[in-house]
Amino acid sequence: MSLVPVLKRPKGLTEVPFHYCPGCTHGIIHRLIGEVLEELDIIGTTIGVAPVGCSGFMLDMLSCDMVGGPHGRAQAIATGIKRARPDRLVFTYQGDGDIAAIGTAHAIHVAARGENITSIMVNNAVFGMTGGQMAPTSLVGQKTTTSPYGRDVALAGPPINLPKTLAALEGAVYVASGSVDSPKNILLTKKMLKKAFRIQQEGLGFAFVSILSTCPSNWGMSPVDCLKWLRENMLPVYPVGEIKVAEEVKDL
Amino acid sequence: MKREMLKGNEAIGAAAIRSGCKLFFGYPITPSTEIIEYLAKHLPKAGGTVLQGEDEIASINMCYGAAATGARVMTASSSPGFSLKQEGISYLAAAELPVVVVNINRNGPGLGGLGPNQGDYFQCTKGGGHGDYRVIVLAPSRAQEMYDYTMSAFNLADRYRTPVVILADGMLGQTMEPVELRGQVTTLPEKNWAADGCLDREKRKIAMYNLTNEEGEATALRLQNKFSFIQDAEQRWENYCTEDAEYLLVGYGTCGRVAKSVVEEARRQGVKLGLIRPITLWPFPVKAFASLKQIKGILTVELNAGQMIEDVKLAVNCSVPVHLHNRLGGMLLSEQSILRKLAEVFHLEVTV
Repeated sequence: MSLVPVLKRPKGLTEVPFHYCPGCTHGIIHRLIGEVLEELDIIGTTIGVAPVGCSGFMLDMLSCDMVGGPHGRAQAIATGIKRARPDRLVFTYQGDGDIAAIGTAHAIHVAARGENITSIMVNNAVFGMTGGQMAPTSLVGQKTTTSPYGRDVALAGPPINLPKTLAALEGAVYVASGSVDSPKNILLTKKMLKKAFRIQQEGLGFAFVSILSTCPSNWGMSPVDCLKWLRENMLPVYPVGEIKVAEEVKDL
Repeated sequence: MKREMLKGNEAIGAAAIRSGCKLFFGYPITPSTEIIEYLAKHLPKAGGTVLQGEDEIASINMCYGAAATGARVMTASSSPGFSLKQEGISYLAAAELPVVVVNINRNGPGLGGLGPNQGDYFQCTKGGGHGDYRVIVLAPSRAQEMYDYTMSAFNLADRYRTPVVILADGMLGQTMEPVELRGQVTTLPEKNWAADGCLDREKRKIAMYNLTNEEGEATALRLQNKFSFIQDAEQRWENYCTEDAEYLLVGYGTCGRVAKSVVEEARRQGVKLGLIRPITLWPFPVKAFASLKQIKGILTVELNAGQMIEDVKLAVNCSVPVHLHNRLGGMLLSEQSILRKLAEVFHLEVTV
């Protein structure tokens, strides 16, 4: 009896193997994007942008054209690409330490301009590649290498909820907060991603999807404990769901 | 040929449009702002887009994205804003993306002032951002050259896949002069490296990073080879009365322009004075000095504390005395003061 593969590698992914730390959820999110690119048949017309950090590995792992740039600047680069080639689909894939810290100015203004791109934030509540420092998204009391006694609100303030912040801007027509901690949320997140790309196809404005993710190496927990920690600590602060669905995208 | 009265900054904008530049990303800063204003008015009529970025960093990275698709793109700023763009320019050089960057030099450091100044010479010619790289730097000295060198800048950027800087100052940027709008690019060079969607070809990736030191070394050497080639192939300068010259002025931009009048006056008084006006500041026109065996002394004229003089000394290998005459803080050098300094350092008989 021969084994028949049930799940194939989506065409949106290259053959480059994921080399993330064990238990890291970047791979799941890459796959979701790869599936969406294939299902919408947009691999040949999409240009992805990934800045530095673990996100940067994606440059080799997606089948579409990819552009890498400086820390935090993916959305400015994506703006340049989109303005040069409005006929192409452009997305950014950024960590929370990237888009919610050094790149915040672009996050705000891309949304304010209603830039017709899709931005994806992978939120693991730390700076991953540099070794688990406090990010703007780190939770109150969360221990990181730069908040060794836990995030102190008096010192660092409370975390930023970027989806909520961006939802306040008129140009952002779709803002969603997903997670890849469970099969249910993974499927939900894929729907959000697909919708975000569909909005761009229709030229409706700026779409933003935040995705909660784990970082076992820097959280110092097993992959399973990480998922549990995410559910117990991150989900209450960053609840899963569509935060803003503007009138013009409701029919999609 | 179409001839218009234009500010130097407007001439840059006019040349960009005629170079086939379809995108401009910038942020207002005096004394460069006429460039974005001119283009905001005229580029859309030529089928292009001007987008005012949220800051200088956004603007240079927007250029990075547009250049990655193969489009011709430009940004412009002045000294503090140009500093903010440096990380982006380093990334452009590393990823080998052609972008034209204009720097209308203010005087600094810090906020400084708006008067003509050349204090960004080091920043422009020695890299400017982090890492081992150079950018081609063109230094116009009149509005017509603001126009012509901009046309050249786009060609050089595409030919070498590298950022090209146009370095001028507020005096050149804001003085109105007649400009011949010559040349019109109709076909752009093919860019078989652009990331513009992989419909009928293999996926492309534009980025420069190294996961191993061995890769890092190989990439760095490849870049350096390119810079060496440019250094040899693209030195440009203007000779003015240098053939029989015994003394030499060296000045670029505004200084190069003033120095011409000094040469004329010195010659009237019997002093064999010549001028080398560097057009490319990087690569510095070392070759300009190779054939001038009869030179007894050189005076560099600069609107900074003495920056280009280092390259002049290297160019002549300190074989003749090289002196500096300069002014700072936005003040111009007068012809009389240059002549006086020349007489003083080389013990010449001239009446000022």
